[in-house]
Amino acid sequence: MGNVGAILQFTIDVLSLGSLYALMALGLVIIYGILRLVNFAYGELIMVAGYTLFLLHPTPLPWLIMGLLAVSVSVATAYLTERIAFRPVREQSLTAMLITSFAVSTMLQNAAMLFVSPRAKVVPLPELFTVQLTIAERIVPLRNLIAIGVSVALLALFALLLKRTILGIALRAAADRFTMTRMLGIPANLIIGTAFAISGLLAGTVALFWFGRTGSVTPEIGLWPLLVAFVSTVIGGMRSLLGAVVGGYVLALIQMAFSNFLPPALLEFRVAFVFTLVIFILLFRPEGLIRER
Amino acid sequence: MNALRQLEKSAVLNTSIALLIPLIVLAGLVELSGDLLLERIVTVMFIHLILVTGLQIFMGNSGIVSFAHIGFMGIGAYATVLFSLDPEVKAMTLRHLYEFLKPVHLPFWGALLIGTGIGTVVAAIISYPLMRLHDAAAVITSFAVLVVIHDIIVHWSEVTNGPRTLFGVERETFLWNASLCAMVGLVFAVWFRESKAGMQLRASRDDRMAAQAVGVNMLAVRWLGFVLMCGYAAFAGGLFAHFITSFQPGQFYLAEVFVVLAMLVIGGPGSVSGAVVGTVLVTLLREGLRAGEAQMNLMQLFGGQVVGLTEFLLAISMIAILILRPGGLMQGRELRLPLGSVTAARRPL
Repeated sequence: MGNVGAILQFTIDVLSLGSLYALMALGLVIIYGILRLVNFAYGELIMVAGYTLFLLHPTPLPWLIMGLLAVSVSVATAYLTERIAFRPVREQSLTAMLITSFAVSTMLQNAAMLFVSPRAKVVPLPELFTVQLTIAERIVPLRNLIAIGVSVALLALFALLLKRTILGIALRAAADRFTMTRMLGIPANLIIGTAFAISGLLAGTVALFWFGRTGSVTPEIGLWPLLVAFVSTVIGGMRSLLGAVVGGYVLALIQMAFSNFLPPALLEFRVAFVFTLVIFILLFRPEGLIRER
Repeated sequence: MNALRQLEKSAVLNTSIALLIPLIVLAGLVELSGDLLLERIVTVMFIHLILVTGLQIFMGNSGIVSFAHIGFMGIGAYATVLFSLDPEVKAMTLRHLYEFLKPVHLPFWGALLIGTGIGTVVAAIISYPLMRLHDAAAVITSFAVLVVIHDIIVHWSEVTNGPRTLFGVERETFLWNASLCAMVGLVFAVWFRESKAGMQLRASRDDRMAAQAVGVNMLAVRWLGFVLMCGYAAFAGGLFAHFITSFQPGQFYLAEVFVVLAMLVIGGPGSVSGAVVGTVLVTLLREGLRAGEAQMNLMQLFGGQVVGLTEFLLAISMIAILILRPGGLMQGRELRLPLGSVTAARRPL
């Protein structure tokens, strides 16, 4: 029985972490697909959700409302950064856009330091997140199961949007041939604005569960999710939405396998290992694990 | 008059002199003033100037954004200190150091050369295969290189003291030697931009296909630019270590990347003059804001500590420059001595 329990726990760990990683990667890749922009300010969308939760902590609102507000702030931040910073430099060059995203990231981090606090702040969490279940003699936090459920639902919803709605078809067309899509009369600003809003929605949703794991928010909290999204998209191939999702789960599997089986002396260097892997994938298989077409 | 004509013809000489004169005057005035705080600020400015000039060599000429160089600044800092630290201090600050490194004790300049050499060689070895990447792949790999180097520095406690502060380094970097090194680096960068390799690198930036079609070995010139940049960064790291005398891995990470990148982008990556203008202006801006921040904290204006205002406003200025003046303040032009009036009359048609 112990063995079954261990396998079950490992699977749930990988799936719950992988679901979050997949959503993160998806939010990054949807913008990359259309604009060819590697958005360095992506991690900060998680951060703003965290600070929204922190600021709402003293209010008597139920947690679900707080969560919804936090996600809306992520969406608004994503949309506003596009409107204010990215749109004016869009026509210039990829490099200009990239540097802009790096500057936006630094700006948001320092805004958090300046207007809230440079120190870690506690984020309110729902009662539900502290519940522990016992399955096959193993303790499984309920929030991991919720994370899997919510992520899968969101992924399904997203797939439906892309496949069935006109907006979704336009998004996919733009990711494929942006210039051609514009020529066919799809307004560029609408598409790009929507893409940013979706990326904010995904990041905001991830944030709720991310803070369920960390419990507190700091100005630099966005760095790790950003790195995760980078690695997942590279594993999955920078241009494929499906690849990004697969990449997220693969990364979670690698990470969990590392922390379970790697000797402690090497475990310290796991970040270096993962990023060396990224370099090698980009060099030898830049299209990632999933080849489209 | 002949000498002046010569000067006007040689772009490298002309620009070098135009850039050096104000810097020499600045360094001289600060040295004469004897103001210790001012001396520290300007010394840091010159160390930054080395980093920004190095970044200009690669990013400005090749058009590829790099994050990796700050990692090599870290390698340069730690490698230099490993050779220059007094064995008695080593016994205290690096307790688990490998036996063969324990007795090593070189004079500052020797250690600095070795530290720079180590950084440069590491860069040369790992970077060649990366040079064929461009756009997003190039950016993510250079970011990945930075993360890997940072992770190794943080966890290789034997030689770096881990994430903790490495202390006990002698102060060897002063205004005179930092400014001298920065100026030599500057002249070399001006020369490199106009050299054959520099022009080939710029050609590959403007049109990759066309440059390769006329026989530019793009991988080789990019590689040369990258290794030069990392050499500059490692050297600046060694100087910085012996200026600040105690430091930790976090000082060679994204915050530093941002400052150096902001300097180059605001000044304009396309020319060495842009690197100089950006470094000087951003230093002024940062120090002014920091003084303002300190003043606000002193006066308790906002009831608490004001933290992050400097970087916040710097990021906004950087975005504003990217929107309003994409080529930076210098727009890719080099400064020239105003000799036109002197020589114009004699210039043959």
